[in-house]
Amino acid sequence: MKPERDLVASALRDPAALVSWTLAEWDLLVRQARRAQLLARICWLMHERGLLQQVPEQPRAHLEAARVVSDKQDRAIRWEVNRIRHALTRVGIPVILLKGAAYVMAELPSAHGRLFADVDILVPKEKLPEVEAALMMHGWAATLHDAYDQRYYRTWMHELPPMTHVKRETTIDVHHAILPETARLHPDPVKLRAAAQPVPGAQDLQVLAPVDMILHSATHLFSDGELEHGLRDLSDLDGLLRHFSAEADFWQHLASRAQELDLARPLYYALRYTQRILTTPVPDSAVAMAGAGRPSRLLEWLMDALFLRALRPDHASCADFFTPAARGLLYVRSHWLRMPPLLLVRHLLHKALVSPKDD
Amino acid sequence: MNVSALTAAELGRRLRGCGLSLRTGAFVALVRSSVPSVAEGIGALYADFPLEENSDFADFHIGLEPPRDLRRWIYPQIVFDFDGHAPFKPLPFDQAFPMFEWGLNWCVSSHSHQYLIIHAAVMEKDGFAVIMPAPPGSGKSTLCAALVNRGWRLLSDELALIRKDDGQAVPLPRPVSLKNASIEVIRNFEPTAFINRECRDTIKGTVAHMKPPRDAVLRAQETAKPGWVIFPRYRKDAATVLQARPKGGTLMAVADNAFNYSLLGTAGFHMLADMIDACDCYDFTYSNLDQAIEVFAALQPPAP
Repeated sequence: MKPERDLVASALRDPAALVSWTLAEWDLLVRQARRAQLLARICWLMHERGLLQQVPEQPRAHLEAARVVSDKQDRAIRWEVNRIRHALTRVGIPVILLKGAAYVMAELPSAHGRLFADVDILVPKEKLPEVEAALMMHGWAATLHDAYDQRYYRTWMHELPPMTHVKRETTIDVHHAILPETARLHPDPVKLRAAAQPVPGAQDLQVLAPVDMILHSATHLFSDGELEHGLRDLSDLDGLLRHFSAEADFWQHLASRAQELDLARPLYYALRYTQRILTTPVPDSAVAMAGAGRPSRLLEWLMDALFLRALRPDHASCADFFTPAARGLLYVRSHWLRMPPLLLVRHLLHKALVSPKDD
Repeated sequence: MNVSALTAAELGRRLRGCGLSLRTGAFVALVRSSVPSVAEGIGALYADFPLEENSDFADFHIGLEPPRDLRRWIYPQIVFDFDGHAPFKPLPFDQAFPMFEWGLNWCVSSHSHQYLIIHAAVMEKDGFAVIMPAPPGSGKSTLCAALVNRGWRLLSDELALIRKDDGQAVPLPRPVSLKNASIEVIRNFEPTAFINRECRDTIKGTVAHMKPPRDAVLRAQETAKPGWVIFPRYRKDAATVLQARPKGGTLMAVADNAFNYSLLGTAGFHMLADMIDACDCYDFTYSNLDQAIEVFAALQPPAP
């Protein structure tokens, strides 16, 4: 592989060192971080350490501008969550927030300077029709009108087709599980919901338990096929691990929960790549406990080759000869993990031959 | 060193090679392009602009190149590249220079949230800036082009940048964009102004750009205090009328013309309210440029 040119990872590992970076290094860092959607997070890290004013003026302007956008999204997400709660009052179930919205509402460090587009919620599968109807009553409408796409989501996926609010143009993804029904791994959503915890000050609003939140984040990142913002998600994981590992028996609990939920493999990858790329402090004992999810030597070598490339910022300066192939293979892998082969062939044939005619 | 210090060959060589570090106001754009019309446009319209030769930092890394597909042999196109990604669909090849201008505006308006950014022309006289927000078709650029040839200093014909900490208008002098009939109007109004080759059949009709006055480029680091907010409206054969407008409605109307008002949240509201408070606000209807110049010349600084 080429020498380390992923300046964003360097910056996330050691933000304090940025004060002595040259302008040329800042130039490339701003460009890579913009692509990786991590400019605002770097701004936050510098601000938190009281070092923002020591950043040279030109790059500082870009950091602060990105911070304006992430602050706005933070306000917007709080309002959106407020509207979703309002819409779902009558359904009478707690709304479980996932990913970005959960980090914001639970006031976690992973929310700092995070850019995101959608709100994701988790509800019981049997409540889907009620939830969907309630959201439609309050202005959310399905965006995918193609009959095949609707069936694809409703029959095989773990979520409803995305719904967009007609006035605010915000999108909500309503999940009933964290992986598709047809996926290789089967984390039981009932267990996830049972362990969910209320958001302080809002009884009808919940987030996943800390270990589940980490496992969900890991599952999402390491089964995803589009990793343009993979480093951002890895940085979320790094933030969650650093934050929650202060709790007693955290690592033990994390490893056993991963076993219980059939998510040992994603946990293994999460620990491996947060350590390798962001030097997240993971004790050796924790790595040993997560060892149940370790792939074969050959597969591990292959995954290193793929993820260590795809988890760099999607910027020309971070790419080597194999990067496009690595991204391409991970995209194929994500579909492979999502559906059994025959269903996948059927899906791809439909997408290739039938769907384009609808355009 | 300015762009004018480079020979046409050297300018083209830099644009094709390591890029041209062009300073426009508070920003540095590193521009790469092998397209002759881009080099020609920059050479002619940016002659007085400084080059940042020793700076290692550029705010925007942009390129203009034809896409590498078979189409280049039948219907050549141009792509605006923003640091490796294309934010827009390609345009016909001969629109490369207007695309450079539009693309550079987009770079500023969609990234520079350290400012409140208003879609407006800004000119300065005696330390006070007049801000002219207006939707397309209101004659904003025409009036701006005329005023900057009659003693007003150009800050920008397109983007008013309001600084957060002190509310000053920050200059972004660039070529003034003229469309359709206004190209001929300004050629007749000020025959000494340099207006480049017209580009036909763009999404905005026929466009051309007027070279900004040298003084505006030299004083690009000199900010100005907003003194007037004026909504211009060109109407054929209309009488010249300057009419005061209420501040509340003006705030809402300026917010409608801002790129990042809601993004800035409470801070954006306070910045805008402070600015409107300190400004005299008017609607301005005109058809005759000479009379318009007289009205602007008679503007008195707002009462403190």
